[in-house]
Order: sequence, then C-alpha cells, then structure tokens
Amino acid sequence: MARFILGRLIGGIVILWLVSVLAFVLFFVVPKALGNNPAVLFAGRSPDPATIAGVTRKLGLDRSYVDQYWDFLRGVFVGRHFDSGSDRSWCPAPCLGYSFRNDQPVWSEIVDALPVTASLSIGAAVLFLVVGVSTGVISAVRRGGLFDRIAAAVSLAGVSLPVYFTGLLLLLLVSYKWHIIDNVHYVDFTHNPALWAWNLIPAWLVLSLLYTANYQRLTRASMIETLGEDYVRTARAKGLRERTVIGKHALRPALTPIVTIFGLDLGVLFGGAILTEHTFGFRGLGAISIDAVNTQDLPVTMGVTLFAAFFIILANVLVDVTYAFIDPRVRPS
Amino acid sequence: MTDTTSTTEAPTPATAPAPAPSGTPFLEVRDLTVSFRTDDGVVHAVDRLSFSVERGRTLGIVGESGSGKSVTSLAIMGLHRRGRRVSIAGEIRLDGEDLVTAPAERVRGLRGRRMAMIFQDPLSSMHPQFTVGDQIVEAYRVHNRVSKAAARRRATELLDLVGIPEPARRLDDYPHQFSGGMRQRAMIAMAVSCNPELLIADEPTTALDVTVQAQILDLMRELQKEFNSAIVIITHELGVVAEISHDILVMYAGQAMEYGGVEEVFAHAEHPYTWGLLQSITRLDRQLETTLRTIPGSPPSLINVPPGCPFHPRCTYRELAGPATSTTRPPLAETSPGHRVACHLPVAERRRLLREEVLPTL
Repeated sequence: MARFILGRLIGGIVILWLVSVLAFVLFFVVPKALGNNPAVLFAGRSPDPATIAGVTRKLGLDRSYVDQYWDFLRGVFVGRHFDSGSDRSWCPAPCLGYSFRNDQPVWSEIVDALPVTASLSIGAAVLFLVVGVSTGVISAVRRGGLFDRIAAAVSLAGVSLPVYFTGLLLLLLVSYKWHIIDNVHYVDFTHNPALWAWNLIPAWLVLSLLYTANYQRLTRASMIETLGEDYVRTARAKGLRERTVIGKHALRPALTPIVTIFGLDLGVLFGGAILTEHTFGFRGLGAISIDAVNTQDLPVTMGVTLFAAFFIILANVLVDVTYAFIDPRVRPS
Repeated sequence: MTDTTSTTEAPTPATAPAPAPSGTPFLEVRDLTVSFRTDDGVVHAVDRLSFSVERGRTLGIVGESGSGKSVTSLAIMGLHRRGRRVSIAGEIRLDGEDLVTAPAERVRGLRGRRMAMIFQDPLSSMHPQFTVGDQIVEAYRVHNRVSKAAARRRATELLDLVGIPEPARRLDDYPHQFSGGMRQRAMIAMAVSCNPELLIADEPTTALDVTVQAQILDLMRELQKEFNSAIVIITHELGVVAEISHDILVMYAGQAMEYGGVEEVFAHAEHPYTWGLLQSITRLDRQLETTLRTIPGSPPSLINVPPGCPFHPRCTYRELAGPATSTTRPPLAETSPGHRVACHLPVAERRRLLREEVLPTL
C-alpha cells in the first residue's frame, strides 16, 4: 500500500513538472517566438526603453531559456532574487515569480487569496456532496416517486441556471430586500468564525446548487445500478435491515464513481470559482487570476495556473488512493 | 458427481438415509401465485403452485429457465419488493406461520435465521468490497446479540465446517481472492451461520466445474445431516437433483407438472415434459451418432401462457390427450401414492408411452 501511494505521488510530481515546463513555454518562450517581448508585457503600459531593459535584466529574460527555466525551478525550492542593480527584490521560496504590477511575490498573492477560495470550495463541496448524495440515494430507492420527480426537476433547474443569475438573485433577496445578511463580504475564519460562515452562506448555496444537481443524478444512477446487484439481494437474504442494505451494501460501491468526480471537481474548485467569487466580490484565486489576465500580469497568471494544476493533480492522487481503500479489487496485493 | 453424465434410468436416490418424516412439513407452499405487472402485460411467473418440505428432507425443483423456479424461491424468502408491480397470493407456511400475510419486518427477522439462501453465482452474490469474514460476521450478528470477537470465532468455525483450509487467515480475504468453489463454500458458511431450518439453494453448482459441484453437494448433504434442515434445491441439472433430493417438483410455465419422490419422478416419469427433460440429458455412454434430443419449441411467454396444459403446444403426444388439453388446465392428480402428475393423457396411456417409447431412448 505504501508503495502504491508513493508511486502515485511520484507520478503526480512528474505531471506537475511537465505542467510547469508547459506553462513556462507558454508564457516565456511562445511570446518571444511570436515577436512579443515578454519584458514589455511585464513592464506595464507604454514603458520607456530603460524600463524594458531593467525588466529584461531583472527577470533574466536575456538569458537562455534553459537558464531561465532553471532559475524559475530553483526559485520554487530555495527562493530567488530579482535583481536589476538599484531595484532588488527578494522572492522567498516557494517563489512562483514576482508580480511587478502589485510589487510582491506571486506566492504572497496566492497565500492571501487561498483562504477565500478554500473556504468557498470546501463549504460548497460539503454542501453539494451531502445534499447531492443523500437526495440521489432517496431518488434511487423511490425511483419514479414524487420525491424523485421533484428532485429531477430541481436538478435540471440547478444545472441550467448560471451562477451570475442565481448569485445575483440571492444577493438581491438576502442582502437588499430582506436584509438578512447586509453587505456580504469575506470575513477571515480566524477573525470571527460565525461571521465567516454567515457571509459565505449565499456563495456556498449558489456554488453548490450547480454541483448538487450533478451529484444527485450521478448518485441516483449509480445507486440504481448497485441496488440491482446480486450482492444487495444477498444482503437482504441475510435479514439485514433495509437501512443497512441501502446505506452500506448498495451505497459503498455506488460511491466509487462519485469519489472520482468529486476529486476532480474539488481540484478545479481550488483553482478558483471565478464566477461565484466575482458575483460576491470575494478576492479568491479566481478573482486574482481574472485580474492577472486582464492586466497581462504574466507571473501571476502562470503562478495561479501552476497552483491550480497542483491541486488538480493532488486531488487525482487522493482519488486513486481513496479508490484503493474503497475497492479492495484495485488494491495492489 | 457422476449423474449428469451417467444413466438416469434408475437415478440413485439421495444416499443420506432420510430421517423419519415428522408428519408436519416445515415449509408448506399452497396455491402460490406470483405475478408481475409490466408495461407489456401481467407476467404470471408462478401459478397456483403447491409443495411441502419436511425437516431433514430435500426437495429438488427442476425446469427450464423461466419456469418460475427462482421466483418461487425469492417469494419464500420474501425478497420480492412488494408494491404496485408484484402481487403474491396463496400461502407460504414456515413452521405453520404464513409468510405471505406476515409483516415485512417479521419476514426480515426470519430471513437468514430460520430460512437462508445460497445463490447461483458466488462471485456476484458476495459483496466485493467487504472481507469474507466481515460478511459472515454480519450475517451472524444481525440475528445474534454477540460481540464482534465472538462472531469472528463463529465465522472461523463456519469456514472450517465448510472445508476452507486455514479459516482464521482466509477470514480477512476478499471474495475475489477465493477460488470459485471456495467462494461457494464461503457463501454456504454465511447462509448456515444461524443454523437455518430451511435452506434454499438456487442453482448452487451451476457456476462451478464438475468436480467442485460434487464437493458442494456433499457439503450440503453433510450440513443437512448436522442441522436436520429442510432443503429446497433449484436447478436445471437433473443429475444434481437426482443425487441430492428426496422429492422432485417439475415446473413448467410457473406451474407444477409432476411432483413426487425422486424414484417415482425419474424412474416412473409420467409427464411428457419430464420425459423431454430426461431425454435431453447428455450421456457419455451414448453413441456419438445419436443426436442429443431436445424438447421442440421454447418455453412460452409468461404473459400469454397457453390455455389448458401450458406444455401442450410443445407436447409430442397432444393428439392422444384429447381436446381438453388445449382448453382445460389438468389438475395435479395423484397417479400412485406420493406421485402427482398434471396431464390429460389417460394414466394407462402414459405408462404405455413411458414403457414403449420413452424408456428405450434413455
């Protein structure tokens, strides 16, 4: 088992490394090959030649691609200096680059945004997982019944309605009309856990509505399949209570595809829920990556990309490991 | 096991000496009717079926696929989901108690404790994600208030009882780590964990190879001796039932065609359908040139069961039975003590046909 996990981790690291190479090529090699000097992009709007030269030196853009990539990779592990004589900036490890627009290391921007994204993602994930799976199970057990039909309709609405509609509608109601939560804004968990949760509730609801529907449908289909399995009949033949038959013998194998999708969804969510963050004005990873793209802040774009890739790969590794725990048949013996 | 390949002219009755019949059957099924409502119409899966099994005795139910054998066993176990689609009528008496009218929760309490079931394919019938030990422990603990450790000891005993080597170690294995025969043994261990008085085996050996089949049948016989349980074994393999059963029930289209002691039904078969089953057994001692006999036609749709005798469209001798065969359902009438046949052919005619036309071909 330990070897299995180690193998998956090594595989994950290799993929992450490949992503970093790809991102580097995309952000540093391709623009230059197309005739755009990255230094111009980094230096801001209509820069003078001196600034461009400074930026070029400071970012080491005059060095070979291999050296540049090596500098980047070294920076991730030991930190690096961005040095242009008079202007000296220290970017501590893990250094994912330096944002000149905001004059701070990309990592500190990510660190600032991460709690927002994590709060949003984890809260929404718990909500859509619990609600989606439990309503999916009920739908499967009473398929064709009233609950199942209502759930199908609500699900359809859930996947169809865009976040910027449901989000704004919810904000209008809870904040402007009923004044339940005035001025929704992010409050740090360490500052006040109650306010943290209270302000996040609308965003959790909106974000999870989108996913709940998928999980409801997926769980329903998966459960209907396992409920028809021979081993579920065996469980009933043993005289087990229906609750045990459904909650243990049918649900556990039904969870396998759900775990897969959940891992991927969670990985993607950690890269930032762009629409939801924007709707509620939260400064999460989604918001900073949108800003970075809009202002052509390449180091931030690249940093966030790598960071999101890290979470997606991590989630995949976790899914693989969870698989092995759920299903003994994929466990290496 | 030799019977699938050897003669069936005089099948060996079950070797275990049958205990003296207690007089009152442990399982008594009377006029059992099971039908399913589908979009295409009502499926009459089981139609007014009656039989009984005493403690220590084995009833073999034979018939082609779709003859209602498995539906009957699931009905006894209360495993049909009652509702708008399934309707069950008649009586299923377990030790005198009617299960058809009993509340579902009551039947659940009997399942696994007083009546248990062994399924056809042990690979799909055991949960792939729980260890064999956990599954046996669970079966035992639903009905017995014991600690996990005590249940584990019981599970080890059971695996040992069914002949699994190193039971304490195998307890923590998953079903996929067992061989087919070992899995069926484990399945049996799970079924007998609470010493059930009725054991229903639905095609218990179909998924196994021939040598393992014999071992499983031996095991079932031994367990019957030990627990004095009533056994219902469902199969389409006549060799299997001939070897293990005391009584035979031949089913066709959800109805009983012939019912009686193993000797009567196999050596003195009087129903043309039973003859067809006997003739379609493969035998090693038969000349290669003789083609395998089959029953012409295929089982009827259970939505449109033929009127009269359900077998009449496929019956070679229907001309001899008179017009009633296609209009009136023949009663399951006693032809000799303990031997009942549902057929419109006159008794003398049936015996003549058996003697002159059927026996020479077996």
